[in-house]
Amino acid sequence: MAKYGKGRAAAALLTLSAALGTLSVANAAPARAAPKVHTIVMNKMAYGPSPTGLRAGDVILWVNKDMFRHTATARDKSFNVDLPAGKSARMIVKKAGLTNYYCIYHPGMKGQLAVAK
Amino acid sequence: MIRTVTMALALAGLVSTAAVAQSGAGPTDPQIAHIAYTAGQIDIAAARQALAKSKNRQVRAFAQEMIRDHEAVNKQALALVGKLKVTPEANPTSAGLSKQGEQKLREMARLRGPAFDRAYAQNEVAYHKVVNGALSSTLIPQSDNAELKDLLQTGLRLFQEHQLHAEHLAQNLQGRRSKRK
Repeated sequence: MAKYGKGRAAAALLTLSAALGTLSVANAAPARAAPKVHTIVMNKMAYGPSPTGLRAGDVILWVNKDMFRHTATARDKSFNVDLPAGKSARMIVKKAGLTNYYCIYHPGMKGQLAVAK
Repeated sequence: MIRTVTMALALAGLVSTAAVAQSGAGPTDPQIAHIAYTAGQIDIAAARQALAKSKNRQVRAFAQEMIRDHEAVNKQALALVGKLKVTPEANPTSAGLSKQGEQKLREMARLRGPAFDRAYAQNEVAYHKVVNGALSSTLIPQSDNAELKDLLQTGLRLFQEHQLHAEHLAQNLQGRRSKRK
């Protein structure tokens, strides 16, 4: 009897936790808007304007339209995108808050990302 | 000391040659294109010499950057003159630049090791300073074609970055020397 009871209790717990899991997923889904893709262009030795309304989970498409190789390197080392001339790359924004970035080859090139949670 | 005097003389020569081109009506667009292209080629030659002679990681990375960036500008410059159907025109300023560039390569060939590295970094600071001065005071204001002016302005932003990078490199190499003493 005791054995049977333990088994039932465990099954009930599993069902409950599964239900809670489903609930939390269901709750989270409507709150989070679909990730957006924002483009930042590098050209003529400068970064284009930083996108507004950037949220963690969004994607930044870095496009190097310049004739030179450039990077977008976070001061806090949270990202480093190295792009030969004419190339582009996608990056998922992971961290909320302000992040300053620069080009390691041309450190006078600077920008800042403002990311909401 | 001798090296400093040599550098000062070379710079004075370069500036006076630039002054010759400035006299009269000033350089034409085909002459400006030739001067800018020649200035880039000189820095590429200096970087190739550095790659052949230096074992210092920072110096080699800097030299590779110079080759990559200056080749990119010069490729763009050639594409532009081709598009505009303009033939770059040799002139006293570009001839003076070439002559001094060759002389500097010969001087540098005699140096090796850390002495070469330090001289290369110092020359790169001085050279970019002079070229940036010529770009902002003469070449950009005197260029007529909007696309050429735009390319020269991008070139100036690039070379200003190179000057800062060279200053940083020279300081690092100097710092290493002081620590060793």
